[in-house]
Amino acid sequence: MSEFISYTIIGIFTGAAYAIAASGLVLTYSTTRVFNIAHGAVGMVFAFVYWDFSVRQGFPVWISLILVLFVAAPLFGVFVQRVLARGLGSAPVSVSLVVTVGLLVGLIGVATQIWPPEARTLPQFFHGHLIRVGSVVITWQELITVTLSIVVAMSLYVLLTMTRIGTAMRASVDNPELLQLYGGRPQVVAALAWAVGSSLAALAGILLAPVVGLQYYDLTLLVISAYAAAMLGRLTSLPMTYVGAMALGIGQSYVVGYLQNIPFSDKVPGLPAVIPTVFLFAILVLLPQAPLRIGQVKGMVSAPVPSLGKAARWGTLLVVLVLFISVGMPDSKLLLVGTAATYAIVMLSLVLLTGYGGYVSLAQFTFAGVGAVAYSKVDQPNLFGLLVAVLIAAAVGAVVAIPVLRLTGLYLALATLAFAQLMDKLVFQASFAFKFDNPLHAERLSIFGVKVDGTGSYAVVMTVFFVLIAMVVLAVRRGRLGRILIAVRDSPAAAGTLGIDMRWLRVGLFAASAGIAGLAGALFAGLRGTIVAFDFQFFASLLLLLMAVVWGVTSVTGAAIGGIFLMYLPVAQSDNPSIAGLLFLLLGVGAVILARDPNGLANKLFQIPGWIQDSVYPAIVRRFPAMAMNKESGYDDPASLEEVDADAVAAR
Amino acid sequence: MPLLRVDDVVVQFGGVTAVNHANFQVEEGTVTGLIGPNGAGKTTCFNVITGLQAPTAGRVFLDGKDITRMPVHRRARHGMGRTFQRLEAFGSLTVEDNVRVALDVHNGFRGLLRDVDGSADLEIAALLDRVGILEYAEERADSVPTGTARLLEVARALACDPRLLLLDEPSSGLDEAETKAFGSLLLELAAEGRTILMVEHDMDLVLRVCHGIHVLDFGSIIAEGTPAEIRTNPVVQKAYLGYSDDSSAADLDETIAAPVSEEVAL
Repeated sequence: MSEFISYTIIGIFTGAAYAIAASGLVLTYSTTRVFNIAHGAVGMVFAFVYWDFSVRQGFPVWISLILVLFVAAPLFGVFVQRVLARGLGSAPVSVSLVVTVGLLVGLIGVATQIWPPEARTLPQFFHGHLIRVGSVVITWQELITVTLSIVVAMSLYVLLTMTRIGTAMRASVDNPELLQLYGGRPQVVAALAWAVGSSLAALAGILLAPVVGLQYYDLTLLVISAYAAAMLGRLTSLPMTYVGAMALGIGQSYVVGYLQNIPFSDKVPGLPAVIPTVFLFAILVLLPQAPLRIGQVKGMVSAPVPSLGKAARWGTLLVVLVLFISVGMPDSKLLLVGTAATYAIVMLSLVLLTGYGGYVSLAQFTFAGVGAVAYSKVDQPNLFGLLVAVLIAAAVGAVVAIPVLRLTGLYLALATLAFAQLMDKLVFQASFAFKFDNPLHAERLSIFGVKVDGTGSYAVVMTVFFVLIAMVVLAVRRGRLGRILIAVRDSPAAAGTLGIDMRWLRVGLFAASAGIAGLAGALFAGLRGTIVAFDFQFFASLLLLLMAVVWGVTSVTGAAIGGIFLMYLPVAQSDNPSIAGLLFLLLGVGAVILARDPNGLANKLFQIPGWIQDSVYPAIVRRFPAMAMNKESGYDDPASLEEVDADAVAAR
Repeated sequence: MPLLRVDDVVVQFGGVTAVNHANFQVEEGTVTGLIGPNGAGKTTCFNVITGLQAPTAGRVFLDGKDITRMPVHRRARHGMGRTFQRLEAFGSLTVEDNVRVALDVHNGFRGLLRDVDGSADLEIAALLDRVGILEYAEERADSVPTGTARLLEVARALACDPRLLLLDEPSSGLDEAETKAFGSLLLELAAEGRTILMVEHDMDLVLRVCHGIHVLDFGSIIAEGTPAEIRTNPVVQKAYLGYSDDSSAADLDETIAAPVSEEVAL
């Protein structure tokens, strides 16, 4: 009995900390319509800041707390609102997701840069002080956490219902423009919401860090627990959020406590860590249908879509280029070429899903991992085995999309994040997959009986796969399906009233995208020969998304260049360990800047020929009339000019 | 039997009642007006009928079949099309591709053949010509004038060959001549056997082309009848125009000076 009470107390403590985190998330979301995926990362960074103040620099605990909770965290929140999140509430969900994922990766970069990995412990408040009631022990940390969660709840209640600014916050949920007409200042309201939200994230991080450990990723992923709790209140109701947090905390504690009594529990060692995720999926399934968005949508300017012939010529050029550079290259470098091709193929899966479809996925590498495991387990290193891997990955993609069939893109993206974490902690660790990071083995592919054994030829084969899939993706974009995808993205409501069933279109799109990622994973398994769970961890999916956005998620060129840079990122980090974190920060900042233009840097390259023709060439001709080319030379023909210039770009 | 029946529909947003026990019917092959002051709940009614908004209570029948819980896209398959008050053209696509999407969806796999033999192109051109915007065919839909985009939405809805067409303020953004031509188009469509339900603020247009009119105020139907009945109805004048004196009645009289039969002859 006392065991049960102990577990309940631990659960209440965990639930109270979740409630604090979740209420910050709800406050920012409901006031500004921006779902901050980086909420957990904010808590993580400020837990480190607090550790720095109180442990490393030795400030008294109360001074450190005041500095973090009432100065640093709120200022950071205001900074984020002013610089990153302004106007994001009315932007497409994919944009606000990319911006906050950029913030998340940037914050992890900052944390690893300032506090490089080493063993750190954050002591509990009043460590060693205990209260004994019979045989039950309560620590002061637990008592303080529960008390603080009640204080936070009461403060938020007073703020929202009894103050002018609180009323304005509630009003801005419904209509910020209207609030402005009535003399309210939505920007001030939004800044306050972000300040309080950031402070609550910091508090939750500080309270949980002694328990969870000062870990970059584990603390960042607390957002899933907060999110699961917040979902019960549909991201708007604070009381329901508290109920959700408590249910989650207590439930998780019982699972941890009683798991060993359940048969076969040793088969799923990661189960306690994924309780929030399971809880979350359960709530998602029960949520009511989301209404379709109505309101004028301006079309997006998309990157130009090349003709079939042009794409084929470029693809051939790319394959020849890889063939050329692979001659005489050592195997270690060839593996990198193959890795770049893998990443480029995974990025093609995002071009289809995010670039054309407008949906964000945070689990593309998980799908790649599914493909890799399937390829290795099926153990048919030929096109049949590859096909099976693709189909399994596609089926898993559909299974992720179906529970959120009735919900909006935000829920879909968060479901993918939760799914990626579930796979990381539970499935990839299970005995039928990697079993605690044991490597899996895979053989190189045979195509129609011809085994592609050499690393160089394998890299060329992977490039051929990239080109083929890119051409399929482009064909989809040009065809009727592509038009339908654009129509759905521009106006879901109008698309629905024309008879398009968006729910199954989305599931199909997700399955196709997961299938492409699975193909990349299977090819990667063959390339490497041995693969580990680390190759497919969720964080890589976030980097992938950001890199895709930076280079352009609407074009296959963006995917090709993005793949090369994503391959180069860890290489650059291991070459320059002193700035490893800064590279993450750079990527995060780049994605934040470019998120509002999904065509990315690749589209800027496409504009160079036009710019040369319209500005540079006339200027040269004016100065040096002798340079003017006559019509027959072909250089005045815009198409050939574009290609010549694009050649130069590729060569660079 | 009426083609569309809205049966005691209630829609509440939090504490606000947007539609309050609305009851009305639309007869097959007619042009029916749904009028009322701003905020009367007209667009919300449209959203309930097309399935974009679930009603708090009440039911909607299409051709005698209860469609209250039917998803949006299936209502389209049952012959329902609509346009939007706040434009919902596919901005990234050209005007003709907007219609092409609708045609693709409507034709399903049969459409693949039509792409090859070119009959789809002809049909798209014919639809754009019919609403009078063929000259804009190759422009991006987010770059054309508002009136053109509204007509595009009509052409796009017609591509799905709807039995029931719901038009939400189709004439705003059109000039006088365009509005006149549009009125004739509506009567033509009705003569083909299509049924049109239209929310419209241009009383001139409503009184000229509608066979029947429903007046919505504070979410409830306060009057219904022929144009002649509606324009003399004192309750309507009070609710719709905010006053009910002789001069307003004279205004309304003026607006229907052109008899319906003349328009049909156009």
